[in-house]
Amino acid sequence: MRYVASLVNADKLAGRTRKYKVIFSPQKFHACEMVLEEEGVYGDVSCDEWAFSLLPLDVDLLSMELPEFFRDYFLEGDQRWINTVAQALHLLSTLYGPFPNCYGIGRCTKMSYELWRKLEEEEDGETKGRRPEIGHVFLLDRDVDFVTALCSQVVYEGLVDDTFRIKCGSVDFGPEVTSSDRSLKVLLNAEDKVFNEIRNEHFSNVFGFLSQKARNLQAQYDRRRGMDIKQMKNFVSQELKGLKQEHRLLSVHIGACESIMKKKTKQDFQELIKTEHALLEGFSIRESTSYIEEHIDRQVSPLESLRLMCLLSITENGLIPKDYRSLKTQYLQSYGPEHLLTFSNLRRAGLLTEQAPGDTLTAVESKVSKLVTDKAAGKITDAFSSLAKRSNFRAISKKLNLIPRVDGEYDLKVPRDMAYVFSGAYVPLSCRLIEQVLERRSWQGLDEVVRLLNCSELAFTDMTKEDKASSESLRLILVVFLGGCTFSEISALRFLGREKGYRFIFLTTAVTNSARLMEAMSEVKA
Amino acid sequence: MNRTKGDEEEYWNSSKFKAFTFDDEDDELSQLKESKRAVNSLRDFVDDEDDDDLERVSWSGEPVGSKTRPGSFQSLSDALSDVPAKSYAPELGRPKGEYRDYSNDWSPSDTVWRLRKGKVCSLERFRSLQDKLRLLEEAVSVHDGNVITAVLIFLKRTLSKETLFRELEVRQVALRHLIHFLKEIGDQKLLLDLFRFLDRTEELALSHYREHLNIQDPEKRKEFLKTCIGLPFSAEDSAHIQDHYTLLERQIIIEANDRHLESAGQTEIFRKHPRKASILNMPLVTTLFYSCFYHYTEAEGTFSSPVNLKKTFKIPDKQYVLTALAARAKLRAWHDVDALFTTKNWLGYTKKRAPIGFHRVVEILHKNSAPVQILQEYVNLVEDVDTKLNLATKFKCHDVVIDTCRDLKDRQQLLAYRSKVDKGSAEEEKIDAILNSSQIRWKN
Repeated sequence: MRYVASLVNADKLAGRTRKYKVIFSPQKFHACEMVLEEEGVYGDVSCDEWAFSLLPLDVDLLSMELPEFFRDYFLEGDQRWINTVAQALHLLSTLYGPFPNCYGIGRCTKMSYELWRKLEEEEDGETKGRRPEIGHVFLLDRDVDFVTALCSQVVYEGLVDDTFRIKCGSVDFGPEVTSSDRSLKVLLNAEDKVFNEIRNEHFSNVFGFLSQKARNLQAQYDRRRGMDIKQMKNFVSQELKGLKQEHRLLSVHIGACESIMKKKTKQDFQELIKTEHALLEGFSIRESTSYIEEHIDRQVSPLESLRLMCLLSITENGLIPKDYRSLKTQYLQSYGPEHLLTFSNLRRAGLLTEQAPGDTLTAVESKVSKLVTDKAAGKITDAFSSLAKRSNFRAISKKLNLIPRVDGEYDLKVPRDMAYVFSGAYVPLSCRLIEQVLERRSWQGLDEVVRLLNCSELAFTDMTKEDKASSESLRLILVVFLGGCTFSEISALRFLGREKGYRFIFLTTAVTNSARLMEAMSEVKA
Repeated sequence: MNRTKGDEEEYWNSSKFKAFTFDDEDDELSQLKESKRAVNSLRDFVDDEDDDDLERVSWSGEPVGSKTRPGSFQSLSDALSDVPAKSYAPELGRPKGEYRDYSNDWSPSDTVWRLRKGKVCSLERFRSLQDKLRLLEEAVSVHDGNVITAVLIFLKRTLSKETLFRELEVRQVALRHLIHFLKEIGDQKLLLDLFRFLDRTEELALSHYREHLNIQDPEKRKEFLKTCIGLPFSAEDSAHIQDHYTLLERQIIIEANDRHLESAGQTEIFRKHPRKASILNMPLVTTLFYSCFYHYTEAEGTFSSPVNLKKTFKIPDKQYVLTALAARAKLRAWHDVDALFTTKNWLGYTKKRAPIGFHRVVEILHKNSAPVQILQEYVNLVEDVDTKLNLATKFKCHDVVIDTCRDLKDRQQLLAYRSKVDKGSAEEEKIDAILNSSQIRWKN
């Protein structure tokens, strides 16, 4: 805003008269107007709002394109986007009828839900009596499951995102992929037939699939050898265009695969995944810690090192103080002393913490209750940072069977559960929660898990609306991720949908991955 | 801007202060006011669908433009406010009726509702502390951060900071919003005052420290960092801040010196490998690498010598060896690499040891295209046999593979390897010799 104001003031100083219009999207904040007023340009500028909140990235994916949501809410505790979320939900409910069933988990979820309900009440009458088209809505906060967001992705779409960074449903493939000296911007959605078939597949299947397709394509092309003029004409007019398109798509994706494989080999991806799996399962923690230490020493990548530390911290309920101090020192030495600020952010958000003695749930609760009345503490910061999520990952993992017991090899070609998105090592917590709640149509039997997650759950069923819903719409589920969702989670839920006969629609504040999460927390722009 | 003027006029024309009585309660006018307010708030629901919200009415009360607005609600409030049918002129702007139905009479929940809709709202009437806090509480209960911040902007303007801080101390949600707001608008002074008041010493220190990122000039930044040293960080963090200051101080000296050397053109290392970037603000490990690259042989006394850096910043052996190795390997200074790992034991025999595991050494050497003989020597030093074999195979250190297979008495593997070496080479002969040897008791 100050920049805009400075432009206007510069013009005023130069004696130029112009009309100025500022369009805020998706919403204008009062603080913005305040700045305009302060800078003396409030009267010169007309403001407008463009309430564009939902961008369809694909047939089943809606994004609000609010990557700042994560940092604003989960680090700074600013609730400015809750209204935006409520508005988006309200919009969807006016378009697709009331939602008979609502479930959710998380603090932000609860607040968004309450504000949404308030909106619905205020503008009542629009959805009364309509037939619901979406049977269930499930909202969850990103901090209910940080672990999944921090893992390396191995389904094709996730891998492309991790490697090339997908923005708004499209990706820029550089010369190393296109094998020419130009870059190519490719739209990645269900319309790309080749992409659609491989996007949810584990990477180990993709190359084989693409090679087979390439062979088929070649066979199709070769058909033209035995053709006469008439057949050739037919071929050219009907089939050639389609074949050419398929060829183009294939070569792009094959190029991408090759590029990914090259990068991963260079990075020693195998070793990295092994360490991640060890952390998820709870084995070889000392080895994993040494691996991370070496990763930092070698200055491999500031975001990767950070991500691994966070994964260690969350799965282990915080680093032991000795490790925390030593890894932090090494990180500052390898990547820069100003990252002191990054560590402070991560601690506040609950992503990278230190184990403190007596860190039981009850101890935290008593600390917090002291906070409200006891000013002199000076430990207010500590208590406040304890308010950030307590992890308890292992206990939750056990209760929900997140680590599958495998006899023999896990078949990635014919996956049998959602763990395939992480090579069979781990079922994403967020997806498992959704699966369980949908099965039970409530949180019954999951009280222990909810307690371990240390946040509130919600479940609301309106039978009058449910009666009106068709059985088909009752199989349609809208999942809302507050703080971002990863392609791995999307793939896992699509799998669940196929298994159980559901159809999922995803609404997220933004598509995210581990790198974006770490960037959001980093105080220093790398 | 016309819009503002038009709305102002409308405000004046629709002001409720037409008749003045002290006794407002059962006054006819106040009852009308009440109805008007109710009607106005209802009108908002209808209004929201309307895009052409701009009204322009001239001083005489004559409508400007031709469009008249239908609706019975409209006429009721028109009658009250003595303004004829409102008219609209499409205008560059089209703001939603922010000033419409402006009234001074809203309760906290009404006010919060207006703020949620983005409408302009004068909060001035909330003068008592009690009223202000009620408004704040109402805003917090609605969960909308934009509204909470709007109320806080008002409170910041109308309350002394001590009062504000005192009240927010026990209101965590509002407090968070104020902190974020102050950060965003860059009101560093008030933010630090707030942290001081709350006794959040660590956040105070960090917030102050954060400012250094805005200082580009190295000398100024160094001076600023010096001021950070005494701040109430935790013990470990204090040490880190001290190190940051010391590091930058050193870097400034090294940079000035090296730039001078480089431009003088007399020093070989700078001629052969001109510097690609300045060393300022680089991390410690990068600085160490630079020092091992350009100043390796310097004695401990100089600021730019690696040994000096190691001592000053207490760099652990592991990190030091790793970095020095990377630097010397890049320069293909194999003797230096040798020296890094060679130690004399008490009997005077030399022996090679490494704090980082020789497999890592081999990888770094390979990355820097070390000749096979060098690689081979270090592969041989890898302790774990499987790793040794893997690396030897990967990097084509034939002799090592052959010798290891022989030591393991693994005939099959040796046979398999035979096909990988060049035909007629010395290695092939060696393999054959071993295979034919009758002294070895093969296990397979």
